[in-house]
Amino acid sequence: MKYAYYPGCSLECNAAAYDHSVRAVAEMLHIELVEIDDWNCCGATEYFSQDELTACAVVARNLALVDDKTDQLVAPCAACYLNLKKTDQLMTDHPGMGAKVNEALAAGGLHYNAGRVQVRHMLDVICDDIGEEAVRDKVVQPLAGLRVAPYYGCQVVRPISNDDSPEYPMKMDRLFQWLGAEVVDYPVKAHCCGGHMTQISEPQAFELIRRLLQSAEDYDADLILCMCPMCQLNLDGFQSRVNGFFGTSFSIPIVYFTQMLGVAFGIDGKKLGIGKELVAVKPVLDAKLQAVASA
Amino acid sequence: MAERVGIYVCHCGSNIAGIVDVEAVAKWAGAHLRDVVVAKDYKFMCSSLGQAMVEEDIKNENLTRVVVAACSPHLHEKTFRRACQNAGLNPYLFQMVNLREHCSWVHTDRAAATEKAKGLVSAATERVKLQKPLEPMFVDVTPATLVVGGGIAGLQAAIELADAGYPVYLVEREPSIGGHMAQFDKTFPTLDCSACILTPKMSDAGQHENITLLTYSELEEVSGSVGNFTVKIRKKARYVDYDKCTGCGICQEKCPRKVVDHDFEAGLGYRKAIYTPFPQAVPRIPVIDTANCTYFTRGKCQVCSKVCPTEAIDYEQQDEVIEVNVGNIVIATGWKLFNCESIPQYGYKRLANVFTNMEFERLCNAAGPTNGKIVMRDGKTEPESVAIIHCVGSRDAKFNPYCSGVCCMAALKFGHLVLEKTKAKVYSFYIDMRTPMKDYEEFYQRLLEEGMTFVRGKVAEVTDAARLPSEQGKLILQYEDTLLGKQKRLPVDMVVLMGAIEPQVDAKELGLRCGISCSMAGWYTERHPKLDPVATMTDGVFVAGACQGPKDIPASVAQGAAAAARIQAMITKGKVMIEPIVASIDEEVCSGCRICNNLCPYNAIEYDEEKGVSRIITALCKGCGTCVAACPANAITGAHFSNDQVFAEIEGALWDAMYGGNGQDQGEPAPEPEAAPA
Repeated sequence: MKYAYYPGCSLECNAAAYDHSVRAVAEMLHIELVEIDDWNCCGATEYFSQDELTACAVVARNLALVDDKTDQLVAPCAACYLNLKKTDQLMTDHPGMGAKVNEALAAGGLHYNAGRVQVRHMLDVICDDIGEEAVRDKVVQPLAGLRVAPYYGCQVVRPISNDDSPEYPMKMDRLFQWLGAEVVDYPVKAHCCGGHMTQISEPQAFELIRRLLQSAEDYDADLILCMCPMCQLNLDGFQSRVNGFFGTSFSIPIVYFTQMLGVAFGIDGKKLGIGKELVAVKPVLDAKLQAVASA
Repeated sequence: MAERVGIYVCHCGSNIAGIVDVEAVAKWAGAHLRDVVVAKDYKFMCSSLGQAMVEEDIKNENLTRVVVAACSPHLHEKTFRRACQNAGLNPYLFQMVNLREHCSWVHTDRAAATEKAKGLVSAATERVKLQKPLEPMFVDVTPATLVVGGGIAGLQAAIELADAGYPVYLVEREPSIGGHMAQFDKTFPTLDCSACILTPKMSDAGQHENITLLTYSELEEVSGSVGNFTVKIRKKARYVDYDKCTGCGICQEKCPRKVVDHDFEAGLGYRKAIYTPFPQAVPRIPVIDTANCTYFTRGKCQVCSKVCPTEAIDYEQQDEVIEVNVGNIVIATGWKLFNCESIPQYGYKRLANVFTNMEFERLCNAAGPTNGKIVMRDGKTEPESVAIIHCVGSRDAKFNPYCSGVCCMAALKFGHLVLEKTKAKVYSFYIDMRTPMKDYEEFYQRLLEEGMTFVRGKVAEVTDAARLPSEQGKLILQYEDTLLGKQKRLPVDMVVLMGAIEPQVDAKELGLRCGISCSMAGWYTERHPKLDPVATMTDGVFVAGACQGPKDIPASVAQGAAAAARIQAMITKGKVMIEPIVASIDEEVCSGCRICNNLCPYNAIEYDEEKGVSRIITALCKGCGTCVAACPANAITGAHFSNDQVFAEIEGALWDAMYGGNGQDQGEPAPEPEAAPA
């Protein structure tokens, strides 16, 4: 199956591991990802809070660039996913705005018919389009014995539902059950990681991060799975600062769900970007997965 | 000879006149429609003065046809037919136009609505001129009644009819009658014991000489019509001989197979593979749960058969379908509980100490799995704090928009029981407290005094993710106290979810079988929401209790009694009038192709082998017209809906196109059409 691919800025640098693992897993599952030519930034959360019309025009340019060979667009980053989806919906619901956006696009010789492209998250493509059987078929290294906490964050399940429960999503839980992992019933799975709050008020942000780490520790999780570069950055990058702030000693690896999917598929860790995280996941994997293998 | 038509346009106060220029319509009809002798408008046509006006005009002006343009024929067709009859005019020479529901209530543009009203009046006028006098038919009413559902509403209806001396077939899907009320401990607001007031009624029904109890049975098929229904009932195999069994209970005692009871005990208790749902069950005849019985699953055991002193166990028993004739049917199939797992953030089935309201009823019940002790899921620890969350699945756009009506009072009852039986603190998280019936508000006041804590706000989530040491090991509610305008958290030991009252899963299916419809939410639709709450649009089929909408016990009992009273009136009268609006087959033209035979939804067409023609059984025909449309030889005519009547109606509705936009009598060319509104 063919999908247009929008990596977004994060996946080019701090979340390169996400990009690498998405591509590696996609290849394994025969998901043909074709990167949009000359894509631009989605504007993250900032553009939309400043000027909706401009933000829409910026995002719609990417939708317009999806060639006519597919109507499916995959965006792994939660913020990109939401912005692309939101823009398409706004242009569909408000034709007046759609016309203005297209006026702007026309300056660059582009046009986007609202509703033409379906914006998808990688998790939905794997769970819904590929499905359980095909995923199970590829598993060579079951994740048995590994306790994973699936963390969904906000933007993929809210405010525009991806047909999973916005309050208590289960899709990633099910995916990792297919892989044989022990999936923790992670009660804070759809709580906020703080987003950019680390840049505004550290105490507030650190408390939000602490709650997520604390709950994972309470449930004895070996690692937290995430599906958003912002969540990964906050939980992983600020983990030592959080420890310093609260006097805690969390040491929980935070990895992208596609990385662990790759591990289960037997893809080489380097190809999956394993090792790019600050709290290293390798020792955990070595201990848990080998223990199972030798048991 | 030309007909003499009288037209009466009703203002209905401002209901019609507010949007339709009623006077203009009447004036126009009098001036432009052919054969119209009288055309009047009047404030309230349904008033006795309005009716008298019609009657006098019929006599004085020798009217031969009458058209009343007012509200829905459901409301007043009978009224005006009677007025015609009083004045000596056959009531079927009258036609009603629905200017209210079909015009004024659904439009906002006065000019356009007035034009539409003219079209509707014109259509009725053209049709009424071709209508034929008809004579209503009368059929005998079979005195027996079928009651579907043995909960409190059905029991009440059955007992009242039986006490009046009429036979009743009481069909219940479960092995025992009693319904949900049998599961409750106390009833609000009096706090009398539910079983104590229910079981006398159950044994009354069980022993009544006029009641045939058909438990563990389901309604399969209904045919016929009011006064004379034929009903097929499937008696599911119990694997216990109803006549031989004495209800001694030894089989249940000795059965080695223990099964979690998800029905009566709401999953908190156990039953055996051969069981009666509860000790006071009526009848006391057990059933074998074949999905769990060791003999049925593995072919070995037969302990029940060995211990039975009367050899009543019959592993070979089959389902039996019986057929009974009844004059009327009461549907009292009750409700089911909302699936609380659908709101995952409340943690039901994930977090052990989150309970549903039905589970909590069983916990409180002295005959329940804990002998009435309010304890946590471990079966022994008494909670120190209990939070009750209202409106779980009710008043929620994602699930059910309606208020379930009874949960606020049930929550107060739970609060009282917790305070009475334990030392725990009780919190109620409500959106609005709804305690509108007799003595209900007083009960709320009582709980305020007893020390139940009330928090106005919807709970966002129930979680075990502790943030503070005081929250460790507790269930934490995250909520907005809307009176304080603050987000807050509360750690408690136990949470009770007040799940919504929902229609039975197969309510629509059963409705179809009996010819009655459901609302959007799935509740059975009554004939009139205020004035006819237990009848349905199908004559002879009544509804009672929560299957018609969420209801508490007193309201369910009232409806059961009301349905019984309505039916008694029909049985006492002995005959019921049937509309003469039926199909008839011209035997000269009928080729005997039998296409119509299978199409008839009421099995009202029989085939005469000797003559080689089909024939309508008029007592069964509902005048739906299916056969009329299907007959390839045009041999079937629908009385009151003949082709020429329907075509005349269509031509009348299109008066402006047919006659040039200026009425029929004008020879002038049509004026320029006005510009259509944008």
